[in-house]
Amino acid sequence: MTDATQIPSSGAARPAGKSIITTDDRTKKRNAAEKRFRMYGIAAILAGIACLVVLLGSILMNGASAFQQTFIQVPVYLNPEAVDPNGNRDPEEMGSATTFTYKPIVVDAMAALVEERGIETEIDPGDMDALFSAAAVAQVRDRVLANPELVGETVTFNILASSRVDGYLKERVSRDSVARDSNIDAGHLDIVDELRAEGDVVKRFNWDFIFGADASESRPEQAGMGVAMLGSFFMMLVVLGLSLPIGVAASIYLEEFAPQNRLTDIIEVNISNLAAVPSIVFGILGLAVFIQFMEFPQSAPLVGGLVLTLMTLPTIIISTRAALKSVPPSIRDAALGVGASKMQSVFHHVLPLAMPGILTGTIIGLAQALGETAPLLLIGMVGYIATNYPDGVASGFLDPNSAMPAQIYEWAKRADPAYYERAWGGIIILLVFLFAMNAIAILLRRKFERRW
Amino acid sequence: MPFYWTLAIIALLCAAGYVLGRRKAVASVGGDKRRLHSLPNFYGMNVALKGAVPAFGLLVFWLIAQPLFVEWRVSSIVSDLAVSEARDLGLVMVDVRRVADGLDTAVATGTMTASEATDIAAGDGNVRERLGAAGVALGSEVSEPVLRAAQRYRALSSTGDTLRSVAVLAVLLLGLGWAYRETDGEFRARNVVEQGVLALLLGAACIAILTTLGIVLSLIFNTIEFFSIYPASEFFFSTTWSPSFGGGSSLGILPLLWGTLYISLIALAVAVPIGLMAAIYLSEYASPRVRGVAKPALEILAGIPTIVYGLFALLTVGPALMVVFGDGGLGWMQAGTAVMTAGLVMGIMLIPFVSSLSDDIINAVPQSMRDGSYGLGATQSETVRQVVLPAALPGIVGAILLAASRAIGETMIVVLGAGAAARISPNPFEAMTTVTAKIVSQLTGDADFSSPEALVAFALGMTLFVLTLGLNVFALYIVRKYREQYE
Repeated sequence: MTDATQIPSSGAARPAGKSIITTDDRTKKRNAAEKRFRMYGIAAILAGIACLVVLLGSILMNGASAFQQTFIQVPVYLNPEAVDPNGNRDPEEMGSATTFTYKPIVVDAMAALVEERGIETEIDPGDMDALFSAAAVAQVRDRVLANPELVGETVTFNILASSRVDGYLKERVSRDSVARDSNIDAGHLDIVDELRAEGDVVKRFNWDFIFGADASESRPEQAGMGVAMLGSFFMMLVVLGLSLPIGVAASIYLEEFAPQNRLTDIIEVNISNLAAVPSIVFGILGLAVFIQFMEFPQSAPLVGGLVLTLMTLPTIIISTRAALKSVPPSIRDAALGVGASKMQSVFHHVLPLAMPGILTGTIIGLAQALGETAPLLLIGMVGYIATNYPDGVASGFLDPNSAMPAQIYEWAKRADPAYYERAWGGIIILLVFLFAMNAIAILLRRKFERRW
Repeated sequence: MPFYWTLAIIALLCAAGYVLGRRKAVASVGGDKRRLHSLPNFYGMNVALKGAVPAFGLLVFWLIAQPLFVEWRVSSIVSDLAVSEARDLGLVMVDVRRVADGLDTAVATGTMTASEATDIAAGDGNVRERLGAAGVALGSEVSEPVLRAAQRYRALSSTGDTLRSVAVLAVLLLGLGWAYRETDGEFRARNVVEQGVLALLLGAACIAILTTLGIVLSLIFNTIEFFSIYPASEFFFSTTWSPSFGGGSSLGILPLLWGTLYISLIALAVAVPIGLMAAIYLSEYASPRVRGVAKPALEILAGIPTIVYGLFALLTVGPALMVVFGDGGLGWMQAGTAVMTAGLVMGIMLIPFVSSLSDDIINAVPQSMRDGSYGLGATQSETVRQVVLPAALPGIVGAILLAASRAIGETMIVVLGAGAAARISPNPFEAMTTVTAKIVSQLTGDADFSSPEALVAFALGMTLFVLTLGLNVFALYIVRKYREQYE
């Protein structure tokens, strides 16, 4: 028999107080430490999730209002003597009447509206221009030039309210802040309150923010993301068109064909290092090589796309290699066994099986590239006010443009707080794209992923 | 011939070559495909590849070489002018190019005939006005040598373009013809095509090397140029950073490095404890359900673009910190943009980075080690602290170093959140600036690229590149050297 049976049964050898039923001090301490440690872990995760919630919450709270815009419904009498002095309704000749001619018309219409509603105000009728945007005058002029038959009639326009009025309705501008503001008086806000009660001032969904062009620094109410979105779109076309074929070709070489030699080692080390190079350094590369040396046009989506391609390549190569590696060797052996060449086995069998993984990796790489800002700053995609849509495919690639993240940065830098709202709103649009891309990647993976 | 046409013709001829090559191979064996060495398609591909690859190669080479050549020939015309008027040759060349583009536009819009554009002299008619009518605004009157240089530039460019099309098409036809001639039933088309495809694959893989080379060369050349006009010792050891584009600026990197390291340190102080504890909890304690929710939630943080974090720092975290530490509160903070703001937000950005790397490393510690520890009576937390973490330490250190390299290279958060003043101060509530933020501010705007104030950005970029690369290599070295091999 072993010693185990010879333990004295009396229990006297057990130190006093050491019971397995009641815990002693040291065990209590250790259990408390255990509990604390666990709490630290939970606290860490909660802290991380809290950061996420605060971040997303502040984006939504600050940005959602950018999708609403205040409009004023004003009946405007289009005085023929002012807009069409020659009286022949010829749009070409009427074009000589500039926005300077139109401004008094809109201001008068505004004052007339205020009087018609019976609003008593100390504001001079000539100062009504603080209520509407500078863009509103151009809006009226464009409509008149497009429809000359309207001249002489009273037409109701939905004109853009100024950013201060818009901010007042969104509670960004308060009466306290107006007191220090030279652009608008408290009296204007009284008018706005009354007009709002009458239903002349309305808040509507702001399609122009999504599809419109950027505006100059003084009229945030007019600024939109549309042109920058197109810039991003053309950049992503370049990135997709270059990085997918190059990345897949490089991965096939490294995974399937590369011999064990110096060159292969150098390529591998280079790829893993490039993945860790800060994005701003890629911007320097783009500036020095593409713009200074090759003299590509500045601010062009083509150049942005090239820089982002170089940046995304390591990501795509790494995920493509993982996808190729996950195809079991038996597939290759079977193909070789029935007489395919090595190249045929890869292109006919391995690559199609790895395709879902490759596409997932590519979409994630594209999503990264879409949100990248720093390299775009250096190749001049910031500071450019994207007010014109490109006229065609070639000009889409070559004409100066902005990109979504660059546009957001541009707005964040402008002094007017109304632009901050636009920047947050722009982030919502950007994040919608990113979430959509990631969702597609996840769906692709769920649907086509094969376990071998 | 427009550039796109060249591309279209190459594509068309290659497609034709493919069809013809395939047909000739099949015909050479009397239609009995079994007697061919390779599958018929390989004969077609052989012809198409031998046409397209050299043609594209020449096209790309020509596109890069022609501007350099034209520039060199034209600059010899205006170099006397540059000397006589004591102007920078580069600036004169900018004028020349602008005038040449203007003449092109004028011809395209029809305000000038093609022969007028080539013969017009500065003497006859007002060139500037006529170009202005075509919508080309010129800054100053066009002088005779500049106009002549511009005309020469146009002439050379257009001859170059014609020659390019001719040469590319000649090479294309030669390649196609050669491949077509060698096509017959005995020809080992598959082997040749596969060799060609392998070479293309290798070429694609080499783009990684080219990119690195491009980065290193563009940094080195410009950095050397910078150090030739600004003393290196000043750059590395001076403690003041005050660039002024008028000249006489002091460009010391130390304040920028201090700001960079201070912000990174705060970021790591936030990210490492939270990320590491989260990873430990997720891999050791969490039930699969909790893990299934918490891990993706944390990883969302990693997918959010840095511009979003930048705006978050500028507009949410900065003002929030001002409420506590600003004038109304403790009075330590002057403005919302400060080291603390940028550091905290960067820390949030790095949490998922640290946690997912550490998670992988902790999961790689074999279960048998934990079981052994439990068998000796250790509690779970004792096991983690005394067995799992020491085993995972090299990997965790590597992860932290990688996170540090991320923090040092991060741009948008510091551009928006850290302020613009370069100073060395121990107070984390003061605005400081970083290497990356200054690269952006020195290279954006209309700076002259030959001034030390712009070139310093390349020296800063070089420093940044060396620093981050060093950290990465060091991290990999630590992981490799101290990794325990379990099995």
